[in-house]
Amino acid sequence: MKHLLSIEDLDRDAISRIVERARRFAEVSDREIKKVPALRGRMVLNLFYEASTRTRSSFELAAKRLSADVVNFAASGSSVEKGESLKDTVLTLSAHKPDAIVIRTPWAGAAELVSRWCSAAIVNAGDGKHEHPTQALLDVYTLRERLGGMDGASIWIVGDVAHSRVARSNIIAFQRMGASVTVAGPPTLIPRGIEALGCDVRFTLDELPSADVVYALRMQHERMSETWVPSLREYAAWYQINAPRLTPRQLLMHPGPVNRGVELSGEVLDSPQAAITAQVEAGVVVRMAVLYELLAGAHAPAPRRRRADAPPRDGEQPSAGTDEPDAQVTTLTASTRGAR
Amino acid sequence: MSAPRLVCEQQQGAGLLLRDAQALDPRAGVDARLDVRVRAGEVVQLASALTLSPEEGEEVVDADGRLLVPAFFDPHVHLRTPGQEHKEDLHSGTSAAAAGGYAGLLAMPNTDPVLDSAALLRSLYEAAARQARVPVGFLAAITRGLEGEQLTEMAELRAVGAAGFTDDGKPVQSAGMLRKALQYQRLCGGVIALHEEDPTLSRGGCMNEGVVSAALGLGGIPTLSESTMVARDAALAGYEGARVHFQHLSCAASVEAVADAKRRGWQVSAEAAPHHLLLTEQDVRGMDTRMKMHPPLATEQDRQALVAGLREGTIDCVATDHAPHARDEKEVPFEQAPMGTTGLETAFAALYTGLVRTGALTLGLLVERMTAGAPLFGLPAATIAQGQPANLALIDLEAGWIAGEFGWQSRSDSCCFAGQHLHGRVLLTLAAGSVVHREPALSPMALA
Repeated sequence: MKHLLSIEDLDRDAISRIVERARRFAEVSDREIKKVPALRGRMVLNLFYEASTRTRSSFELAAKRLSADVVNFAASGSSVEKGESLKDTVLTLSAHKPDAIVIRTPWAGAAELVSRWCSAAIVNAGDGKHEHPTQALLDVYTLRERLGGMDGASIWIVGDVAHSRVARSNIIAFQRMGASVTVAGPPTLIPRGIEALGCDVRFTLDELPSADVVYALRMQHERMSETWVPSLREYAAWYQINAPRLTPRQLLMHPGPVNRGVELSGEVLDSPQAAITAQVEAGVVVRMAVLYELLAGAHAPAPRRRRADAPPRDGEQPSAGTDEPDAQVTTLTASTRGAR
Repeated sequence: MSAPRLVCEQQQGAGLLLRDAQALDPRAGVDARLDVRVRAGEVVQLASALTLSPEEGEEVVDADGRLLVPAFFDPHVHLRTPGQEHKEDLHSGTSAAAAGGYAGLLAMPNTDPVLDSAALLRSLYEAAARQARVPVGFLAAITRGLEGEQLTEMAELRAVGAAGFTDDGKPVQSAGMLRKALQYQRLCGGVIALHEEDPTLSRGGCMNEGVVSAALGLGGIPTLSESTMVARDAALAGYEGARVHFQHLSCAASVEAVADAKRRGWQVSAEAAPHHLLLTEQDVRGMDTRMKMHPPLATEQDRQALVAGLREGTIDCVATDHAPHARDEKEVPFEQAPMGTTGLETAFAALYTGLVRTGALTLGLLVERMTAGAPLFGLPAATIAQGQPANLALIDLEAGWIAGEFGWQSRSDSCCFAGQHLHGRVLLTLAAGSVVHREPALSPMALA
């Protein structure tokens, strides 16, 4: 694997491989010294054309835990504001010879374009409304930890599908892992033709109780240039995931940041059913696995000899979720673990 | 009101003998192997193949059974002059036309400044007289600055030679505004050509709305953004008895709306572009910005309806909507890229390869539709006939080539057919009596 541009490029085995490696990296996060030298001497460039807190910081953290050097390049306050084109920016930054470029832009297909302009491994950290493949991988990771496997699971993705790259990547990834996917939301926010990706479409939450997993999407105010729903109040009345709508056996996910009181009510957000902090935590280990895969994986196979700095092998580290008896305990474990 | 004027640089009238060409001019009923003699830029003699012998000093082109057709006419090109000469200028754009077998063009007014005054039109004619390889005419803007608020001085523009009017690149959004232009047409004449789009439906879109836009997360433009406006404006034209021409039709519903208007006897005509006749939204999957144009590529069903419309005559002519952009403008993410593809240099080969060789159209019909644009705008159609100016294209139908492999005459290399294997190569173009394009292999030296 040279780049991670789209979840479409990954088959089930590739997704499983990355998720497995992420599980092994989870052990690193529990160490007192949260660092392995796997990517020592490598440079990871974060090139962010959009505001991002969790994605950027988790990529940064992931790279640092693998001992890579990290350079952050934010579009604001840079030459981009002076009118430099994406291509010129990438060519300029390439002069520093980064090994990987993690790129987020508001434009679909930008990561793929960049992959043609330079020799670094490119990680798509979100391209417009198109894809967000590492989010899909961390969601698969979280679901595996919680559910064990995803085969046969029914996952509902609820809300603003039209403006969501997370939805598009997850529709593909979840189905590839054996789940069935239903998207639900106001008709104005469900793009015509989305069913061609293999998902079902619903415009009400009447059948929501049949879902095993409820994946709520953020109402993307920042990507909306006009009125898509009459009001957030009416949206919430019909589509908010709240206590009456969420059955106790269902797992609740959200890519963050949450509009509390819009797509999620406060009580479900704070409930043990919510795997949202686990998703954030998964973000770091999954991104470690992705960087490792690209920079030390298939192209440059990991050293055969077992070394202290190598990621722990399967079975050496009990994972956070699968051994736990129920979801509630897992959440507590997951959220306290990082703070320790 | 004066007739529309086409202008190009003064060139020497060609003198040559085209020997043993497969001449095909459906409009004149010509379909035979002929020798064609051109002298001082005029077709002076047509005779059975291999019956004319060269005169002293006359250049002979052995066509060897290759196709000779009336040179094509494109009523819809963007030559980007004035103001955007980094994309194209009169010389490069008309050189591209010559290479594509064209002998006449109508350039669109969405330049910078907009072609909305007689003074600017006069200066463009002066520039064309120095720079244009093939005759160029102009459509002036319907509204000043293409802003949709105030009519241009249409009568004066017509007096200077404008072939008609269009706000191409933008729709005339207000029905009331368009109605005034249609009424005023009774005074000044000139075809009113319409770019049809409802911005309230197309806003935020950069490709056709459907399964591909949903999968790519790109904003979609529903085809009804075009078809509802075609229906609206056909009704306005019918009511006012006006003459309108619908530009670059892209979908089945628009073809139906035009067919309906024609059944009612309204004075409407329509064009379609090679890319809409040959490509679909599936070609956008790779987010190649050369596939981004306005209106966007639609579905296979729409494409087939356009081909049927062209075959049946609902669509009167082919127009390339040649819309050059600089490479750096297109080397950006899809959503940021400007709309448009070049078309002049590939139109015939692409349509011949994609529609004639596949049996969807006959060669004669394609030639007719690629020359029909001129009479729609009140200009004489090119023809292969004695006593007529030489507007001819000699084409090797068997020659296979990869679009772009010889470079481009256009300043822009942003062509949606680039890299495609095409059949049909224009070897020689005569426009307004002059040789304006010649394949290197056909140079006088090579022939000698």
